[in-house]
Amino acid sequence: MQEMIHQLAFGWYPYFAVTVLVVGSILRFDADQFSWRSQSSQFLRRKQMVLGSNLFHMGVLILLGGHFVGLLTPVTVIDRLGISHSFKQIAAMSVGGVAGIMGFIGCSLLLHRRLFDPRIRRSSSWGDILVLVMIWCQFLLGISTTFWTVQHLEGDEMLKFMGWAQGLETLNPGAADLLIDVPLVYKLHIVLGLTLFVITPFTRLVHVFSAPIWYIFRPGFQIVRRRGRRAAQDYSRTQGQAGGAPSYGGPTVLRQMAESGQEGA
Amino acid sequence: MKVRAQIAMVLNLDKCIGCHTCSITCKNVWTNREGVEYAWFNNVETKPGIGYPKDWENQERWKGGWVRGKNGSIQPKQGGKWRILSKIFANPHLPEIDDFYEPYTFEYEWLQSAPELQAQPTARPRSLLTGEKLNKIENSGNWEDMLGGEFEKRSHDYNFEGVEKEIYGQFEKTFMMYLPRLCEHCLNPACLASCPSGAIYKRAEDGIVLIDQEKCRGWRMCVSGCPYKKIYYNWSTGKSEKCIFCYPRIETGQPTVCSETCVGRIRYLGVVLYDADRIEEAASVEDPAHLYQAQLGLFLDPHDVAVQEAARREGVPEQWLEAAIRSPVYKMAVEWKVAFPLHPEYRTLPMVWYVPPLSPIQSAAEAGKISSKDGMPDVRSLRIPLRYLANLLTAGDEAPIAAALERMLAMRAFMRAKSIERRIDEAIPARVGLSRAQVEEMYRIMALAAYEDRYVIPTAHREFEEDAYVLRGSSGFGFREDSNGATKLNLFGGAKRTPRKPMMDVPT
Repeated sequence: MQEMIHQLAFGWYPYFAVTVLVVGSILRFDADQFSWRSQSSQFLRRKQMVLGSNLFHMGVLILLGGHFVGLLTPVTVIDRLGISHSFKQIAAMSVGGVAGIMGFIGCSLLLHRRLFDPRIRRSSSWGDILVLVMIWCQFLLGISTTFWTVQHLEGDEMLKFMGWAQGLETLNPGAADLLIDVPLVYKLHIVLGLTLFVITPFTRLVHVFSAPIWYIFRPGFQIVRRRGRRAAQDYSRTQGQAGGAPSYGGPTVLRQMAESGQEGA
Repeated sequence: MKVRAQIAMVLNLDKCIGCHTCSITCKNVWTNREGVEYAWFNNVETKPGIGYPKDWENQERWKGGWVRGKNGSIQPKQGGKWRILSKIFANPHLPEIDDFYEPYTFEYEWLQSAPELQAQPTARPRSLLTGEKLNKIENSGNWEDMLGGEFEKRSHDYNFEGVEKEIYGQFEKTFMMYLPRLCEHCLNPACLASCPSGAIYKRAEDGIVLIDQEKCRGWRMCVSGCPYKKIYYNWSTGKSEKCIFCYPRIETGQPTVCSETCVGRIRYLGVVLYDADRIEEAASVEDPAHLYQAQLGLFLDPHDVAVQEAARREGVPEQWLEAAIRSPVYKMAVEWKVAFPLHPEYRTLPMVWYVPPLSPIQSAAEAGKISSKDGMPDVRSLRIPLRYLANLLTAGDEAPIAAALERMLAMRAFMRAKSIERRIDEAIPARVGLSRAQVEEMYRIMALAAYEDRYVIPTAHREFEEDAYVLRGSSGFGFREDSNGATKLNLFGGAKRTPRKPMMDVPT
């Protein structure tokens, strides 16, 4: 039983979570872009937002980047680069620790104002609150893993997670077995993280996909839109000249009308 | 030369009576929804005052508009693209809803449902954000109506710069004017420039600036970017909204709601042709006081055959060229030079212009000492300081404002001589550089202001730009079609919508 739950949580659930994340987000973007937004509450209450949001987002971005690079870079690459496992472990722990504490403080500020500021509370959906609560717990779990990590500074524990993540990536069915012996807190951290993937398409978290990086590459500042795709002189065959009556159907209809003696074309 | 056309607006402040009909009708049409209760696409301020939102003209605080760098190029005052992106998590220059006001309603039902009480029941205000009772309403869309509130607060008005403002706190010396405000539909919009999503755009055919609600992601940089604070963040939908210049009406040749319902007949709508190639150059002029002239320089003479030819090449329809010749906006802004842009120093090249108001002479006691011509006083002795109007409309350059006021006074003097003394005095218009025909046309358009003279709006020629045949049957039941399937990626098989290209030549 225990084994089966383990296999479900670490062998199958990751695939489920990523599938929901990808397919769900595409579906939502396709069906309803109007709902695709960051839903910032800064306009309603500035207090705790400037500090909270900046700390939170910086922390999360560093952590996301760190997790992806750290988990998905193959061990051979790390060895080839001459980075020792214990160095990588200590670096990950210290950078992640600082980012984690930053994000945790920010997240606490944001969660506090979301729950206890009546303006924000009233205008929050269930999803808005759920997202923050889950991320706050995730920070808590992530930071508390440091306690176990300092006992494995040589990096063996880290290698297990790397092996697991890369095993999933290469569709290795035995990947989940690597995590059988790791402490519970890591397991909870992973499951909660995957659950965050699952809820993303259904909450405001989708705004991460819209990070407006391409703004930097926008030529100039201004945007002018022309109605329709046609340029001014590029009338369609069926439309005739400017100022004339539109004649849908083009020459065929004109000929038919002429033959049947109708006027107006 | 790249000719584009814009439907521009002029507001004749000389005739504004501050009745707020424009604001109310606009509100009832466009912003009576949750999330924008606080928003007024059109509002009327009493000046001098700090306005709505509070202190909106203080660009050191809000960082709206553009700044000219040392190298002569301009960028948004809140920073270049990297700077703007770095503020995306929390925009330090974003106003809070309290800078507008906390929206509220009153407990009207209580007035009818209250049981027998010792005291009269009162309808207390309730917040529309929290639903809680408000003890005190702190602000509203028109808090300083008719110089309401103490002078000390109102005197923070930025247009007092260079004016000895203390004396205007005295009852006998005070002055006031109304300033109706809406989105300026700028040629060089700073909101658009600051939008990281690229959701805001200016329409090439009529110059209206719109926010694509499907593309807006709620990064809210436009709110601080717009120096007029005319972008409103809808706290419910998480998207920004703004005045849409009633484009569904404009496209069918009708005036905007605010113009249509203006009881003072102060609003004018007409086509202005401008040279899109020189926008950046005009907005980058070194001296802010030259920005008004620079923008005038962008406007093209619709009588000029070369301009007409260039306009046709750009696809401006014939009807629009005719409308440009009859445009009241062009006449007031360019031919008579009585209309001015609001705060040209923001470098946004706004397209809603204002005719400055005349005002009574400073005091009756001084009236005898004032030099007057044809029974009309010197414009420098008017109650509203020229400097104040110049700070509002020409970045401090008093000469054009004085010339405009003189022309308006000359029009009155000429028409008084004509209709009361039965005397045609061509010397009066000549003194202010106008011909008799011009001053009579000024009278017809600005004083009589018939409906068809105020609104010269050509219809949009959609029939030439899109294939109406394939659009038939596309509206009706599928009211969410535009957002449904915007990616054109069909995940469920089958065609979701009428194909854009007709499958056959012959109509069914």
